Parts: sequence; C-alpha cells; structure tokens
Amino acid sequence: MRDQGSGEGLDAAAGHGDARPALPVWIGWLAASVPAVLALLFAGQVPAVAGGEPLRLSVDWVPSLEVRLSFLLDGLSLTFALLISGIGAFVLLYSGAYLGGHPQLGRYYLYLLTFMAAMLGLVLADNLITLFVFWELTTLTSYLLVGFDHASAKARRAALQALLVTGAGGLALLAGLILLGVAAGSFEISEIVASGDLLREHSLYLPILVLVLLGAFTKSAQVPFHFWLPNAMAAPTPGSAYLHSATMVKAGIYLLARLHPALSGTEAWIWSLTIFGAVTAVWASVLALRQTDLKLVLAYTTVMALGTLTMFLGAEATVAVAAAMTFLIVHSFYKAALFLIVGIVDHRTGTRELGRLGGLARAMPVTAAAAALAAFSMAGFPPFLGFIGKELKYEGALAIASEPLLVASAAVLANALMVAVAAIVAVRPFFGPRPAMPKPPREASLRMWIGPLFLAVLGLSFGLAPSLLADLFVQPGVTAILGRPEEVKLALWHGINLPLMLSLLTFALGVGIYAVHQRLRAALAAAEARLPLTADRAWDRLLDGLKTLAAVQTRVLQNGRLTNYLLVVFVTLALALAGSFLVFRDALQLPAAAPGLLPREWGLLGLIAAGALLAAGTRSRLAAISALGVVGVGIALLFVSFGAPDLAITQLLVETLVVILLAVLMVRLPGFGAVASGGVWTRRRDAVVALALGAVVTAVLLAVVAAPFDRDVTAFFEAASLPEAFGRNIVNVILVDFRALDTFGEVAVVMVAALSAFALLRGGAGRGAPK
Amino acid sequence: MNSLILGAATRVLVALLLLFSVYMLLRGHNQPGGGFIGGLIAAIGFALYAIAQGTAAARAALRIDPRDLGLIGLALALLAGLSAALFGDPLFTGQWWFLGGDSGGGGDGGDGGDKGLPLSSVLVFDIGVYLVVVGAVLTLVFALEEEI
Repeated sequence: MRDQGSGEGLDAAAGHGDARPALPVWIGWLAASVPAVLALLFAGQVPAVAGGEPLRLSVDWVPSLEVRLSFLLDGLSLTFALLISGIGAFVLLYSGAYLGGHPQLGRYYLYLLTFMAAMLGLVLADNLITLFVFWELTTLTSYLLVGFDHASAKARRAALQALLVTGAGGLALLAGLILLGVAAGSFEISEIVASGDLLREHSLYLPILVLVLLGAFTKSAQVPFHFWLPNAMAAPTPGSAYLHSATMVKAGIYLLARLHPALSGTEAWIWSLTIFGAVTAVWASVLALRQTDLKLVLAYTTVMALGTLTMFLGAEATVAVAAAMTFLIVHSFYKAALFLIVGIVDHRTGTRELGRLGGLARAMPVTAAAAALAAFSMAGFPPFLGFIGKELKYEGALAIASEPLLVASAAVLANALMVAVAAIVAVRPFFGPRPAMPKPPREASLRMWIGPLFLAVLGLSFGLAPSLLADLFVQPGVTAILGRPEEVKLALWHGINLPLMLSLLTFALGVGIYAVHQRLRAALAAAEARLPLTADRAWDRLLDGLKTLAAVQTRVLQNGRLTNYLLVVFVTLALALAGSFLVFRDALQLPAAAPGLLPREWGLLGLIAAGALLAAGTRSRLAAISALGVVGVGIALLFVSFGAPDLAITQLLVETLVVILLAVLMVRLPGFGAVASGGVWTRRRDAVVALALGAVVTAVLLAVVAAPFDRDVTAFFEAASLPEAFGRNIVNVILVDFRALDTFGEVAVVMVAALSAFALLRGGAGRGAPK
Repeated sequence: MNSLILGAATRVLVALLLLFSVYMLLRGHNQPGGGFIGGLIAAIGFALYAIAQGTAAARAALRIDPRDLGLIGLALALLAGLSAALFGDPLFTGQWWFLGGDSGGGGDGGDGGDKGLPLSSVLVFDIGVYLVVVGAVLTLVFALEEEI
C-alpha cells in the first residue's frame, strides 16, 4: 500500500482503453441531487426529532418470523442520516470531477448511491433483521468500491480482505442479533432497548455481547481487526472519504450506540469497550505517524477516531456519551474534508507522498484554506468545533468511573498525535518550498473544492454556535444512546479547569511530536521492520493456511478414482441404514410373512435377479450394459404391474438413455471388449459391499412397507386433483401444480448438473463452437 | 457410427419420437405423461440422431445450443411460477383459462368438453420442464459424443 502514492483515478482513466464516451457532467449533478434532496428532507425533520418526537414507519416483511421493515428516526439515526446524505451529495459531485472521463464513472455512481441507500437503511432500521440485511449490503457495496480499480491486484486483495473480515464479523453479528432477539422476546430494536435490565440478567447476555462486539469491532476496524481499513484505501479517494471515514466504518459505532441502552453498564461491556478502544486509538495514532502516504496517514487517524469513539461508548456518564456524539460529528466533518483535499492534491499534482509535496498554497489557495480550516478542527484549536469536542472528551474521560486515568491518558496521547498529524497533512503539502511534482499544480474545479470547504466551514460555524449543535443533534443523540432524557450543553469556554490544562498539554505534546516527526517516522519504520508479525501479514498466512488445508483435504477426498467414490458412498449408505435399523428396531418390524405376489411378478423378479447376476459375472462390457438394461426394464415392468404407469415410463426412458450414454462412452474406450478385471480380492470386496447394501435396503424397505400406511396425503391429492387443479393424473398434477416449487428446484438442479458435467468434459475450454 | 440401416431408420424414428414426445407432454395432466417423460423421449430422439448422423448434424437439427434450450426452459418454468403474483396468488399457484367455453367455473374441468380449451400457467411450467430435460440430456450426450 505505502508505495502507492500516485493518483489512482488518473491511472485508471488512462489504463482503460475503452472507447465508451464519457458521461456528461449533468449526470453527476443529477446523481448528487439525490442525496442532496434527501439531506434537505432529513433536515426538515430536525425540529420535530430534537423536540423529542421520533418518527416511525413500519411495514410487515416476513410476519411469520417477526421480521418487519420498521424504521425509526430519532436523535441518533437522524444525525447519521444527515451525515450520510449530506456528505454523500458532496462526494458524488466530487467524484464526477475526480474520475472525470473514466469509462466506468457511471458504475461508480451506481456503487456510491447503492451504498448510500444501504447505509441509510442501516441507521434507520428499527428491526434487528432489517438492520442486519442493510449491514451486509454495506459490506457488499464496500467490496465493490474498494475493488473498483479491478485491474489492480492490490485493489482486489484489499477488497477481498475487507469483505472477508467484515463478512466474518457480520456472521457473528447475525448470531448475536438472533440471540438478542430471542432473549428480549422481540426483534424490534425500540422494544429491545426498553428491556435492558432483563437482558443484562439474562443467561445469554455474555454470548450476545461477544458476538455483537465481534460484528461491531470488525466493521469499525478495532485492533486486532484494524488492518483492513488502511488497505481499503485502494478505493478511489472520494469513496474512501465517504465509506472509510465518514460513514460505513462508523456502522459499528452506530450499532454500539444503538444497543447501548440494552447491553451497556456491565463490567464486560465497560472493560471490553474501554480497553479495545484505548488500544486501538493509541496504536493507530502511532501507525499514522509512521506513514508517508497522505491518504494512509488519514486512514490510520480514522482508525484512531473509531477507537476513541468505542472507548467513550463504554462509559455510562452522560458527559462521556456526549463527548462521543460530538466527536462523531466533528470527525465526520474534518475527516471527510481532509480526505477530499488529499484527493484534490493527488489529482492535481499526481502524487500524495509527503516527501514530494510542498508549497501548494499559492497554486491552490481555496484548497489550502479548506485544508487549514479542517486541520484546525482536527487539532482541536479554539474556536473550532474540534476544540469543543476535545474539551468534552477530557471532561468525559475524567468522568468515567472505571478507569479515568487510562482513558484520559489514552485520549491525551491520541489527541497530541492528532495535532501532529493535522500539521503534517495541512502544513507540509501547502507551505514551505515547492519540490518538483509529477504535474504542475493548479487549483481544482468548484465541484471538487466545494465539499471540503463547506464541511470545514461547518466545523468553524458549529464551533462558534455550539449550543445550536447541542440542542439539535448532541442532546437528542445522547438521549437516544442512553435511552433516557438527557440535557447536554456545549460551550466554547468552560473556564480554567482540568480539561483546559489537558488541552494545553496536548498542544505542547503535539507541536513537540511534529517537530521531531521525521526522525520519529524513521524510528517507527525501523521498529516495524523488526516486528515478527503484523496483522496484515498474519492475515496472509491465515489465508494461505486455509488454501493449503483445502488442497490437502481435496487430494484426500477427491482422489479421482470412480471406483473409490462408489465404494465410499455404498459402504456409508449400507452402514447408515444398518445403523438406523439397529437404533429404531422397535419401530421397524420385518413382516412375518412373505409379501403376496402374483406369478408374473415372481417371474419379473427372476428376470431382474438373472440380469444382475449376468452383469456381475460377465467379462464382456456390452453384455454387462445389456444385463443392466434388463434389470432396469424388469423394474419398470414391476411398476406397471403395481399400477404406476408414469413411474414405469420414466424408468424405461431413463434406462434407455443410460444404455445410450454408456454405449456412446464404452464404444470409444480402449479395450472395449472386456471388463477390466481387478484382482480376485477386489472382486470379492465389491461383491461383499454390493450384497450388504442390497440386503440392508431390502430389509429397510420391507420394514417400511410393513408399517401401517398413512393415506391422508394421498387421499387429499386424490380428492383435490380434479376440482382444484383440473387434472386426472395425480402424479403429474403433483409435479407441476401442488409441488411445482419442488419441481422447479429439481429441474434447476438437473440443469446445473448438466452444465457442470459439460464444463468438466470440456476441461474449461470455454463455450467454443462445436468441433 | 456408419450404419446405413440405422441412418435410414433414424430419419423416420426421430420424427415419430418428437411427435410422440409432444403428445406425451400435452396429455400429461390427465393421462400418463408430462414434461419429464416427454422431454426424455425427445432427448432420446435427438441422441439417436446424433449417434446415427453425428453430433454436428444433430446440433444443426436442434438449431439451438442445448444449454440455451435448457436455460430457456428453466426461465419459462420460473416465469410460469411467478405469473401467479400478477393475479395476487402465492407463487407457483396454477392459473387457468378456458377458451371458447361458457365460463361457468367449477364442475367437471379438465376434459375441455364443456369448458372449452384449457390453457394454464401449469402447462407453461410443464413445457419449461420439458425443455430443461431435453436441454440437460442433450448437453451431456453431445458433449460426450464430441469429447471422447
């Protein structure tokens, strides 16, 4: 990843020699207008929701499973919905310029919009199963976006890694959500959060917590699952800005916040969230310093932010949760802005390697201004919103009852590193001497800088009017997270107190780190090289091990000898049947007398037996095939004798086909004349297996027939066939009407089997013309 | 296989088999028969043709790749099943129309006598099954003939 410092958007555009005409620019505006309108609609709901009136909408989906398409718009989901749709509008607009002329721009719009729909569904869902479906949809669309540059092996690897890590977490989450629904007695989230006391006492609480946390931690890239997120930067930059900073990675955070009233407050919750969050925050800030690629620097600070959010959600104190909620908004503003700015730098200069950038402020004044505003907010300088967020974090950290020292020091350390990173991202590329760059820099178009500038200014405006943010978003959000009415006040100036002192300490530390960051980076790089195993490399080993295991067991199980396959199948079947006969010997009784058969039926049995003996004994292939045909025809005639013409016809036709197929095969085999003669012992072994299977099947069938036969179903079909399905042939009516769905499944299997056999025969030569 | 007798007989036999297969398909709802059986008969007819005249000739006679035929059949069966949704019924509920008869409803259906010509989504479904069986079997037979 880290040597990928070039503009992938441009490379991709140049790399596809596709003659398709570029999308007209208005398509981009049209695509961006969808989320923009949504954002306005959501904004219209702000007063009502902030006033404590959540909106609900519910439609039955699978009523028998208690799955409802129910949606809830409260303080928490409205904040998320506004971030998703608002930032989404800017990202779509930006993409049109960033990937301008790319032959697959239309596809990119499609992925982004699909992702946005999934993400909105996720945050608005009020049913566990609905939430999970949207959760998985975000995973899938993220896979498509990360792998957008599908010609690059690196992008494909990153996409698969993101899919597998978050997908595995998703499986755990599904199990956890089902347990949660069972334990709470409802799958409606608003009912579950009301029964938190019951859940915390429940015997399933611990399994639920572990499984849900697995889902949330993989999605939100907590250590040790953090490695997929920086790799996911293989996505085009607007996608990274959208998914991997502002929205999707916060899905895990959203889940923790949403289920906070139901699951929080126990020792297990507090400790797991605090420790995982703190470790993630500190470790990711260290890794962020180590990077030279601007985009990767930002990616690691995102992981750091996610860790901080997790850490604060572990707490019960109102001020800690308010800190999480405020920081969530602050972070979305400045991080999306900075990602988009890095994209602009990359797009306009052709590189995003820190060492090759500098002095861009004169060539790109608007971008530089937006970068500075966003960076101030990130570093937490007054009067930016970031300052309020940081003060609140310190206040919240000190209010955490369990381990204030741990949380506060993790927060100070992470924030100090953020100050340094903000300076690295916003100062280094834009000021100082300008080195030679792959392309002469010039200002980006309006479509590109409008988004970051707007978001950065938003960070300043809310910083100047914090009570607006508090009343409209933070307080309703905190109320939703804690599940009880809360009052939150935000202010720029809190007086001289401990948080302010910590802030000053943070600035001092941050500036100090920035001063030595080049030496620090070299030291970190050297240390990383000495690490025996990084999470990313461990992931590769895991996958390699899995593939080796698959190869080994395939060699053992699929050794390619048909005789072995049949032997295994028959022996297993015989043993299974014999075993069940022993287990259920009370229920299965052999009939006392031989079944009464007509003379002609005895004759047919003799014919079948003779055919079987001939097939087993002959040395001629042709004779063996014909003898098997005799057996089949004998069985067909038995069906006729018992009054089952459909069965008999089908059996006869299948026999005919089998003989034809075998003939086609055998005629061309070398040494057609004689059956290959295995050793005497092979023959004896086969004979034993064949006789044993035959005996067991016969015994089971006799026992089944001896049991009293329940005619209910048959009687129903006999009675209903003509009046309801207008047919006299019950067999066919069952096939095409009563049980049409089964038949459809069967014919689908037939077709898949035929296509698979075809592919095997052709040896993967593709769909060529017939020879 | 270069057999003059087989070659000459096949021409007549295949035509008869195909005709018979359609007959079996259509009578299936009231008499022994149906899509599976009809499809098998038609497949045997073409397999016979392939053995006698070679697969190139059989493919030409079929006019369409057997894989496509099978997939078209599968799609037809699915559409027949989905069509129930258009009439507000659960999936795979048979839909019936009686052409030319007095649409009295109830009574002795199925003969076509007093109710007119019975048409149904069930028939479409059965035709789909028929095509799948023909397509799947011929995919195998042709591939075996050509590859080995």
